[in-house]
Amino acid sequence: MNANQRKMVYRVLPYAILTLIGVCFLLPLLWVLVSSIDPNAMQSLKMPARFTGANYADVIASRENQRAFLIGLVMSLGQAVLLVILGLLAAYPLSRYQMKYKKPFMLTILFMTSLPITAVMVPVYQLFLSIKLYDNTFGVILFYVASALPYGIWMLKNFMDSVPSDLEEAAWVDGASVFGGLRKIIAPLMVPGICTVAIFTFSGSWGNFFVPYILLNTPEKFPASLKLYQFFGLYGMVDYGKLAAFSVLYAMPSVILYILSQRFMSKGFGLQGGTKG
Amino acid sequence: MSGLAIEIGRGKRKNKSWIYFLFPSVAVMLVFFIYPILLTFFYSFTNLALTGESARQLKFIGVDNYIRMFEDPTVRVSIWNTLIFLVGSAVIGQQVLGFLIALLMKHKNRMFRRVIGTIVLAGWVTPEIVCALCLYSFFGDEGTLNSIFSLFGLPAVTWLYTVPMIAIILGNIWHGTAFSMLVFQAALDDVPSEMEEAAVVDGASRWQILIKIVLPFIKSTITTNMMLVTLQTLGVFGLIYAMTGGGPGTATTTLPIFMYNQAFVNYQLGYGTAISLLLLLMGIVLSLFYIRSMKE
Repeated sequence: MNANQRKMVYRVLPYAILTLIGVCFLLPLLWVLVSSIDPNAMQSLKMPARFTGANYADVIASRENQRAFLIGLVMSLGQAVLLVILGLLAAYPLSRYQMKYKKPFMLTILFMTSLPITAVMVPVYQLFLSIKLYDNTFGVILFYVASALPYGIWMLKNFMDSVPSDLEEAAWVDGASVFGGLRKIIAPLMVPGICTVAIFTFSGSWGNFFVPYILLNTPEKFPASLKLYQFFGLYGMVDYGKLAAFSVLYAMPSVILYILSQRFMSKGFGLQGGTKG
Repeated sequence: MSGLAIEIGRGKRKNKSWIYFLFPSVAVMLVFFIYPILLTFFYSFTNLALTGESARQLKFIGVDNYIRMFEDPTVRVSIWNTLIFLVGSAVIGQQVLGFLIALLMKHKNRMFRRVIGTIVLAGWVTPEIVCALCLYSFFGDEGTLNSIFSLFGLPAVTWLYTVPMIAIILGNIWHGTAFSMLVFQAALDDVPSEMEEAAVVDGASRWQILIKIVLPFIKSTITTNMMLVTLQTLGVFGLIYAMTGGGPGTATTTLPIFMYNQAFVNYQLGYGTAISLLLLLMGIVLSLFYIRSMKE
């Protein structure tokens, strides 16, 4: 192989490898997309003989499914709203006050962000049984809020640090209270940060399966993730088309929110953001 | 006048009013997060069960759960499976593949980068149960992979029975690689191009540049990413549960699946908690390393 050929190989090889990786990643995804519009969907990816919207129509028309999506929406929205409110309140003194134990507190928070939630679910289940929150939608929301708070506080505190404090001091001159300054001056300036946190927590709980699977019992209270799993077990082998349509509909909010979040995250995706203590 | 108001405002900040701001969050975290962690330690020393005699009478049984754990061959299998799953899908899979994609994508055609990047990201954005379903159908007996095999005249393989561990590892790679890809893309963009150019002038090969310049430069990112990806993978439940249910037999029973089975299928909550403590301790050790790497 001469130098020229070698150069050619170095040029083409990365494209070839990336294309291969791309195809491998695409195939499973393509199956769910194609099957959802195939009237005779099978387990394998294949070209449909004709296209149909009936799978989607059936899934959307079902009362049970509407209910599951609505519950999922209530849970994730409830969590996101509560998390932002509590997180902003907690972030304020951490960002603005001189506090003795701020550093150890922030390190504890960071530590908690990375603990596997899976590991505490058995005791949480027991706790929920004893305080009568088991099989309760609001209980699930509360647990979601608690498990996302370390991340929320950490992020919101860092976002708040970049809002200059002169602005709220000016508002105090005009007679605003500390709380008023937070609500009317700081929070509006943090909208991109708040949206990022809200979107990430929403997607996190929307896609979560384990937490509602452990904490809920009545099928009528199941959010979309559990409904899909149930659907999978009950009719998975029979009706791949509907299953795929349900999956696409269920994945949609996560996809849309991810695209939206890209608009708020102008700074790109680095791990450096966390280093500000 | 205005100076006075600011003084008053600052005065407001100095008093104990921070308690009101922090209290709601701390209370919620204490009750629903920290208390359950403490309960994990406590329950793992009891005979807590969902049904039968011990459901009515909670008894301290000391380290019996732990003795049982060390004598239980399934525990050993689960730990082993967890380690294989962690190394295969997190350390090697997502980390190496994510880095490879980020590296190869550098300086490539913009449109091409976009297409490949979006495809990889799609697996990440998709909820885990949908991922499980996609991969289940891909590896299924009459699934896409076997269709491709038959195109080439190869016999069908029952992937989820013969090599279930490989199937769930690939599933988790499919679902998680985008995170590492994004992290490494950002890190590689920070490598000063002058450094690489200088090395090229000095006659360094691509391989030498990668080993001697790029990798040392992004070392801290590699450590941090490794910790995060491992922690995420440690808690994976839904993907495995929906794809194989931990089977066939115990072939894909990782610690989370085993914990679930003991606590909610066999109703041995105390024993299940002892297993989750094992999981928690692994998480705590990894988290401490992660924080140390962030502090540097």
